[in-house]
Amino acid sequence: MTVELDGSVVRPGWALRVDRLEIDEGVTAVIGANGTGKTTLGRAVAGLDRLASGRLTIAGSVADDPAAGVFVPASRRRVGMVFQDLRLFGHLRVIDNVAFGLRRAGADRATARRKAGALLEQVGVDSAMWTRRPAALSGGQRQRVAIARALAPDPQVLIVDEPLASVDSSGRAGLRALIGESPARHTLLITHDPVDVATVARRVVVLDGGAVAGRGSVTEVTARPGCEWAATFLGANVVSGLAEGTSVTTATGLVLTVATEATGPVYVTFPAHAVTLHRDRPAGSARNAWQAELARVDVDGERARVHLAGPLAVRADITRRSADELELRPGVTVWASLKATELTVVT
Amino acid sequence: MNVSSGARAAPGPDPGVSRPPAALTAVGFVALGLLALPLVGLLQRAPWSALPSVLGESEVLEALRVSLVVSLLATAACVVLGLPLAFVLARRRLRFGRVVRAIVMLPMVLPPVVAGTALLFALGRRGLVGQWLDSWFGVSLPFTTAGAVVAAAFVALPFFVVTVEAALRQAGDDLDEAAATLGAGAWSTLAHVTLPTIRPALAAGTALAWARAVGEFGATLTFAGNFPGRTRTLPLETYLALERNPEAAVAISLVLMAVALAVLITLRDRWMPR
Repeated sequence: MTVELDGSVVRPGWALRVDRLEIDEGVTAVIGANGTGKTTLGRAVAGLDRLASGRLTIAGSVADDPAAGVFVPASRRRVGMVFQDLRLFGHLRVIDNVAFGLRRAGADRATARRKAGALLEQVGVDSAMWTRRPAALSGGQRQRVAIARALAPDPQVLIVDEPLASVDSSGRAGLRALIGESPARHTLLITHDPVDVATVARRVVVLDGGAVAGRGSVTEVTARPGCEWAATFLGANVVSGLAEGTSVTTATGLVLTVATEATGPVYVTFPAHAVTLHRDRPAGSARNAWQAELARVDVDGERARVHLAGPLAVRADITRRSADELELRPGVTVWASLKATELTVVT
Repeated sequence: MNVSSGARAAPGPDPGVSRPPAALTAVGFVALGLLALPLVGLLQRAPWSALPSVLGESEVLEALRVSLVVSLLATAACVVLGLPLAFVLARRRLRFGRVVRAIVMLPMVLPPVVAGTALLFALGRRGLVGQWLDSWFGVSLPFTTAGAVVAAAFVALPFFVVTVEAALRQAGDDLDEAAATLGAGAWSTLAHVTLPTIRPALAAGTALAWARAVGEFGATLTFAGNFPGRTRTLPLETYLALERNPEAAVAISLVLMAVALAVLITLRDRWMPR
């Protein structure tokens, strides 16, 4: 089963044009700068925006085809959505927000509430909150409720628009796992967080200026991001490790020094241009330095993207001139260094 | 002002910064006096001890019954007809939106006598629609209780529509979209999301429409006439009583004013601007 979209959505002043996009099972991350059409893409699949031309099929049946006069309304598409602004029902208790979709599908109140409670437990909303109105909850709690509400009717396709933006960091890993959990579901994860892409996404769609600039597996799109914004975004390195104070020990035993304190499992992210390469051991202020074998160099105009093998598989963006000066070839050994202040710790 | 009392102070403009000039304040209080004076006048003339017997007169009780029947039926008509109209105004892009909205609000500013005259020419026995009602169904509205209901609904409808339309606009369609992605069809969304969300405005609009319907005089008199037990409502009874028995007029006026005040105070600052 796939979601296939080939067509356009026209809004006042601009348009989103998508040519032959196929979304398979699992999590597909949708990335792109603000205003490139990420949300519009999600809304078109959900049936909240109509196609101006072209065709959308979900699991083989046509959901939208203006030329043929077909439009399946959102309520009959089985496409769930977690809105960026959440849109919880203020007049309903938390548990009835989550039970809403189940009730509309015909479940009786008791069954719907029981399933809703199970989901709320999964997303980590304490049962003391279930009988409150959404307004009484914190932003992070409300976000969990919104995710549970969208998951409740078991949609074929789930669209998650910037899901984890306001979730406190301690809960993100669990929600990420929940979003990535159901492999049969098609999940479109609209995101600004490189960790989302690195941890749960199987494929990436890059939007730029209302068109698809890149698509494919995470590896493929990282190699050919299609636009400058995505190149920078996907160039971000994501390394997992165990934090203790300002030290993070990675899986291969390398210890990174970071600027913020944390404890327990963390992700450390840093942009590719923050990695500096040297032929000899660097002196100076960079605390994080290690010796690495060079795996590959991709030259793109004046920029060279250097892929390092162990102990950390990271990417480094340097100028083509420095690459030439350092005489970088696959197999050579170089020193890599990173300033602690360039590292972002994500728990 | 110390810190704790400052934190409890009623919200509103800071008195120190935006206090109006003294002359403006003075004129403002004169205006308030103009609005409050009639109330004081009534209270001062009220025959407090005779009140129960005056209000217990059979004419007054009959007018009260007619008023209740007419105003409640008119309010029901306002809700049934006004809700769809509010949706049309709030959710549809109308070609002549400005004109349509002016027509909707017209009864609010039209002299009620004009409203009654217009109703007579539209729904009267020889009126535009009235002649068909008469010849096809044998229905004649003028000078019947049904006519009084139509007159009251005509003047009260805009109060309901305007209140509910504003709430629908403010609510937007964000929650409706969320409901749709959860499998709720149009009617289901209306019943489970939209109407509960605007419930305060529904209550406010209903109360305002009812208060206006209770107070209706001019259109009722012109269109429905003044027949005891059929179309003679409390306001009409008040006007007649002024000649016959001024004490009764004052007593009924007090009742009507108390009803109006009760509606406004019940609406409180939740639905009325502070």
